[in-house]
Amino acid sequence: MTDIALKMVFGERAKYAMLVSGICFSTILMTQGLALFFGILGFSYATATNVRAPIWVVDPLVQQVGDNQPLRDTDVNRVRSVEGVAWAAPLYVGGAQARLLGGGATQPVTLVGLDADTLAGAPTKLVAGDVQDLRRPQSVVVAEQFVEMMQRLRGERLRVGDVFEMNDRRAQIVGIAKTAQGQGGASYVFTTWDRAREYAPSQRRMLTHVLAAPEPGRSDREIAQVISERTGLRAITEEEFKRMSSHWMLVNSPIPYVVGLIVGIGFVIGLGVSGQTFYTFILENTRHLGALKAMGTSNLTLIRMVMTQAGVVGVVGFGIGVGVMSAFFSMLPEGRAPLRLLWPIPVIVFGAILFICSVAAVVSSWRVVRIEPAIVFRS
Amino acid sequence: MSSVSSNLAANVAVHLSGVDKSFRNGDQVTSVLKQVQFTANVGEMVLVVGPSGCGKTTLLSVLCGTLKTDGGEVVSLGHELHRLPPAQVTQFRARHVGFIFQQFNLLPTLTVAENVAVPLRIQGLPLREALPRARQLLERVGIPEKANELPSRLSGGQQQRVAIARALVHEPALIVCDEPTSALDSATGHQVMELLHEVTRDRRRTVIVVTHDPRIYRYADRLAEMEDGRILRVETPADSVRIPPTSFSL
Ligand SMILES: Nc1ncnc2c1ncn2[C@@H]1O[C@H](COP(=O)(O)OP(=O)(O)OP(=O)(O)O)[C@@H](O)[C@H]1O
Ligand SMILES: [Mg+2]
Repeated sequence: MTDIALKMVFGERAKYAMLVSGICFSTILMTQGLALFFGILGFSYATATNVRAPIWVVDPLVQQVGDNQPLRDTDVNRVRSVEGVAWAAPLYVGGAQARLLGGGATQPVTLVGLDADTLAGAPTKLVAGDVQDLRRPQSVVVAEQFVEMMQRLRGERLRVGDVFEMNDRRAQIVGIAKTAQGQGGASYVFTTWDRAREYAPSQRRMLTHVLAAPEPGRSDREIAQVISERTGLRAITEEEFKRMSSHWMLVNSPIPYVVGLIVGIGFVIGLGVSGQTFYTFILENTRHLGALKAMGTSNLTLIRMVMTQAGVVGVVGFGIGVGVMSAFFSMLPEGRAPLRLLWPIPVIVFGAILFICSVAAVVSSWRVVRIEPAIVFRS
Repeated sequence: MSSVSSNLAANVAVHLSGVDKSFRNGDQVTSVLKQVQFTANVGEMVLVVGPSGCGKTTLLSVLCGTLKTDGGEVVSLGHELHRLPPAQVTQFRARHVGFIFQQFNLLPTLTVAENVAVPLRIQGLPLREALPRARQLLERVGIPEKANELPSRLSGGQQQRVAIARALVHEPALIVCDEPTSALDSATGHQVMELLHEVTRDRRRTVIVVTHDPRIYRYADRLAEMEDGRILRVETPADSVRIPPTSFSL
């Protein structure tokens, strides 16, 4: 009887399209809401994505990646001397203002100062130039977004070898890197730690983070713990740092409300519109279901048929919705939009769609069970 | 599957005695069947006639097991429907009853052959086994070439032929028809009745037809006249209006 159930759905093109598009629309809304959610979270911990290190050591008061609390310069050596630490390097992360030569408006950037000896944490995905050239005087590696931002400002595209200014000092581009976009839309500029001192607005202390790595055979987690105990600083793995940041955003930012609204609307549309459309579909088929019932189809079989119909509509609608969304996301410029289609998203959305279809199927089944077979004799 | 009443003659297909049925509409209770006595013998075609609203359809629903009575006994093909749990009544219908409705009630998204196969599918037969038998039946009702059409492409008379094929495909012992001709014009109605008469005549099959179309009275072996929830009388139509079964051909 499954094939009969399916033909009942597929046979009525217009209704089938209605049912599927409701689920599809709901899938799209929820997917994009969740993608926005993960995207914005990604923005919030972009520094930990762009500067790679197994262990991050920060001030104990720091609660999220974007909070750059200064440390003492001596903290690098304190971390380095903890047993089990393979290496430790200083890092500066802070705001700076960039300006093209010849004047014009300044643009905010996130300035990253790397340890000049090791270049620990330097960007790995360069589209032009060479990270090693950061060792040359007055050199910087800029993010692709920086190039685009400056192009919008001035019309010309910056290339490797071009020069701009930060804090009235020359900065020559030696590389262009692919990076994740950061909080507030500021793009990343990488240089050495010493040079960051010149580019950044003057500050008393320039050390914001210590990057570290465990010796071979020791886990990041374990050594982070040891560093915390020995130094009284907060040492955490990259993953923990990101998670901590996400958590902070969830609790302190309006993101959950914005995203919750979108996902909620998607869910309500799915449940309300698709659920109701499905129920209407069953109502309109009451006569046919009644005929099947009169001819001796059991309630159990009819319920199975209804479940099959709801299931098929759900899976097809979901499939099209996710397909449309992944096609759409693949067309977006990389790293620019705060949208990330991570694997948990389709899983979560599928769960929601399944729930919607189950509710629709259960309510409709209840209706089907109550159909009097004798109605088929009424005209 | 159910107890067989031993005190009924072997040639009795359907026996109702003292059947009551009323419907409640808010505070208002309408008594539709009042102590109905009714018998149909094996192999007979019985027409149930009477004015609109007298309870014909309700009687038909009760004797085929789509409607529960309030009281009385309903014994169909030896099954005491008034005693059986609902699931077994459903099974009874699936195995033993063929249905023909005024509005045909074909599934619009299934082909003609698939529609005819439905009773076999309900009994659990896979499509590939059910379809050939459905085609045989379509041949028998004279529209084999329509097997792969959708019902909406067929005329009313053709649709009712499909319904007849569907009512016969699982070889039920009881066929119930509610106003099978009233959605059809007179000529088509006669053709359908002739077909129904012909295809049911060669089996020991009981056919009960509810109608208020006097033009088809002559197909009846017996005519049960109903009025206000009671069977007034059962008579055999005059020989002059009855048509000998041998006069049909297809
Ligand atoms: N499910 C129901 N609920 C309430 N009243 C009903 C129901 N079914 C039938 N009735 C009422 O019972 C009475 C008999 O109905 P039934 O359909 O059996 O008559 P009928 O003889 O078949 O009439 P017709 O020739 O018009 O088809 C009618 O008054 C009808 O309104
Ligand atoms: Mg009626």
